[in-house]
Amino acid sequence: METIITLLVGILVSVATYLLLSKNLIRVVLGTAILSHAVHLLLMTMGGLKIGSVPILGDQVETYTDALPQALILTAIVISFAVTAFFLVLVYRTYQSTGTDNLYELKGSKDE
Amino acid sequence: MTFIHFFILIPILTAFFIPLIGKLAPKLHLGWPALFVPVILFGFFTAQIPAISAGETISGSVVWMQALDLYFSVYLDGLSLIFTLLITGIGSLVVLYSTFYLSKERESLSHFYAYLLLFMGAMLGVVLSDNLMVLYLFWELTSISSFLLIAFWFRRKKSRYGAQKSFLITVSGGISMLVGFIMLQVMSGTNSIQEIIAMRDSLQEHELFVPALILILLGAFTKSAQFPFHIWLPDAMEAPTPVSAYLHSATMVKAGLFLVARFTPVFGGEATWFWLVSGVGIFTMFWGSFSAVKQKDLKALLAYSTISQLGLIMSLFGLGSAALQGGASTESIIYTKAIFVALFHLVNHSTFKGALFMVVGIVDHEVGTRDIRKLGGLISLMPVTFTLAVISSFSMAGLPPFNGFLSKEMFFTAALNANNLTIFSMETWGLLFPIIAWVGSIFTFAYSMIIVFRTFLGPYRRERLEKTPHEAPIGMLISPIILCVLIILLFFMPNQLSHYLLSPAMNSILPTYQNTEGLIPKISAWHGFNLELFMTAGVVVFGAFLMKTFRFWNFVYDLFPEHRSIDRGYQWVLAKSESGSKRATDLYMTGFLRHYLYYIYGFLLLLVGGTLWLTGSIVIDPSDDVPVSLYEGIIVAVMAAAAIGILFTKSRLTATLLNGVLGYSIAVFFVLFRAPDLALTQLVVETVTTVLFLLCFYHLPEWSKEERSVKVRLPKMIISIGMGALTVLLALSVQGNKMFESISSYFEDSYELAGGRNIVNAILGDFRAFDTMLEVVVLFIAGIGVYTLIKLKAPKGEDDIERE
Repeated sequence: METIITLLVGILVSVATYLLLSKNLIRVVLGTAILSHAVHLLLMTMGGLKIGSVPILGDQVETYTDALPQALILTAIVISFAVTAFFLVLVYRTYQSTGTDNLYELKGSKDE
Repeated sequence: MTFIHFFILIPILTAFFIPLIGKLAPKLHLGWPALFVPVILFGFFTAQIPAISAGETISGSVVWMQALDLYFSVYLDGLSLIFTLLITGIGSLVVLYSTFYLSKERESLSHFYAYLLLFMGAMLGVVLSDNLMVLYLFWELTSISSFLLIAFWFRRKKSRYGAQKSFLITVSGGISMLVGFIMLQVMSGTNSIQEIIAMRDSLQEHELFVPALILILLGAFTKSAQFPFHIWLPDAMEAPTPVSAYLHSATMVKAGLFLVARFTPVFGGEATWFWLVSGVGIFTMFWGSFSAVKQKDLKALLAYSTISQLGLIMSLFGLGSAALQGGASTESIIYTKAIFVALFHLVNHSTFKGALFMVVGIVDHEVGTRDIRKLGGLISLMPVTFTLAVISSFSMAGLPPFNGFLSKEMFFTAALNANNLTIFSMETWGLLFPIIAWVGSIFTFAYSMIIVFRTFLGPYRRERLEKTPHEAPIGMLISPIILCVLIILLFFMPNQLSHYLLSPAMNSILPTYQNTEGLIPKISAWHGFNLELFMTAGVVVFGAFLMKTFRFWNFVYDLFPEHRSIDRGYQWVLAKSESGSKRATDLYMTGFLRHYLYYIYGFLLLLVGGTLWLTGSIVIDPSDDVPVSLYEGIIVAVMAAAAIGILFTKSRLTATLLNGVLGYSIAVFFVLFRAPDLALTQLVVETVTTVLFLLCFYHLPEWSKEERSVKVRLPKMIISIGMGALTVLLALSVQGNKMFESISSYFEDSYELAGGRNIVNAILGDFRAFDTMLEVVVLFIAGIGVYTLIKLKAPKGEDDIERE
């Protein structure tokens, strides 16, 4: 299971990287969103999968699954949401101010 | 903490308060509060004279960073005492002088005095530090404050040029000195200068000994404006005259001499040291005086004269270092005289050159020009200034009854003594020293006379001057008068100076000769009809002749083509390195995001992948994996298909929905992997994200097609597949290597530790509560960012300016 998920993470990272290298701004933002999905999955696999029960203390439970990655991922989900929201508005504003969402056209003038 | 630590820090701390005082008392000329600092320090250091001259030294140390052998340690001995007295003494006079020189209304005095005090503290730090690294720190601080002071009138282009030039040259010298210091540290294992001096004999055989010597000398030569690094000093004359008098003649440029003196016990006796210090010094002495004669600007003339005098002292330190060759002996003690003269002339030079700069400043201030061609006949209008000019420049020329005469005569003696040296192949070259010294002195005499005669005598031409000259106010005259009194006093009582100041310094420069009989020569103005006296007579005759006939021989200066000069070389290097670095930067800084990502990913792949490969840490061990059930396999397949589908879809709407598929599938995984909190959060966030994307699309055009050419797509594919593969390898290796025990069991006591049964919530809300709070701050900041980007509009017109 861990290996398969890791391979899935690899595919997601490849797709995200490919999107990040695009010249369209929306594709870049999409790339960052997919990259954060990949990272969340990766963190999850690091703690070992499906061993023990839900990390809520109960009476008849012997082992719990690793709670630390879950806490980290929870933080990461919220932060990546904030970043995605900010990126999207940044794209919107960039388009409003410059009239393009093409990164190649946003290169800036030669003598800058 | 000893009181010496405070002495170093007081000026620096006061520098911070000066602007505050300026705010509180706007009517006060800031020179007055600033004057307190050097005067008080001068008093304190004067009080140390009896103890130091009795052979004591004062040292103290404060731990800074023990692991790096960094101690803020100070050491006050005879050598540093001379310098501290110069720094605080001349400093007091210069601050007093500047109080009348700089106008309160026109100049930004809080900057000026803050910089000046900063320099004073830094310079005290240089001469008092015993730790190499701390010395280096203060050394560069003097360069910085010198930069700030030269650029004080920063609206002038020449000021900025001069400041930049001096900074570039002295700091690059300083960096090479730092490398030399590090070599010394490697050789000796300590940063303390006194400890290094103590283990001098064991260092000489080390292979780094000569490289360290050369690098440290580079620092000294750049700071003390020795040929060919002297080119910064004339341009530094753009600074206000009090600064030139203080930094660029009396103190900062002598830091190089201090360094040479301080390290003479370590490197002295080495042939490379001898030849570099004395050779560069004596040539600088000649070249400076030769170039000074042709100058038309009084301050430029003084700058070249300073270069020449620094060279003179430098060469004396070099010649004297010969005495350390082969240990101390009664035969070689005669060569120590050179070091004695060096110290003596160092003090003398500070007195007469300080006075001369102040005189030139007065002329500039009261007449409005420093151009020799316009000046003349000021004697009747400025009689006091004229007297001061005569005293100080006659002293510089080496005429009695002024202190310069004594040290100039002894300089000839030392040069003649060097002729008798039988080491370092001096049998062949030794004669050059007295000859160059003599020729240089002739030019020195000539330019000293030019200062007096061209400025104060000759025809008075009012029409060429900007304002009607008149005598300076008494406040501006006090400082040069004090210096001129010193000039005469030192002529009549040189042995008192020698007893109280020079002899303890001699003991610290030549520890092996400590208190040897004959180490301190008796200075006398009259020593019979000997060769030195005839040399002085020759200097007067030929010097006067050269000055009278300047018109007929000044063509020699045109023999050196201007465009071949060192100065042009500096400008060429500067221009070339600017254009070269611009071209190199333009080559890779394209402004296109994809290129920057290529660099980042490329390095990441190389570094991480290379490390994995080279250390052989790729371990793939799927044996501990839990089995995959069918529906899990289906979700994995769906996610992989959705991800790859995003790359091929033509519409952004489909892409966003596919991204949603990814997000919801992950939520399902979170459920499967026993993470209910994550699943809930993920569902909410994914929904809102998708809505946000759709909202954004409303305002944006449909996305354009990406480039389809192989040339663009191939590197993109290589990089992205590489990144994917690297992530997989890295993650699998982490799992396979299992190098550390998990720390998660700690959190399973969450009920006892934090009172929470939900472990994830306990971690977020208690164990890592600060982290979570700051996460909320991040959300808040992002919210402000979103709001600002949507709402904020630049006022009309400004947007265009930004985009230009």
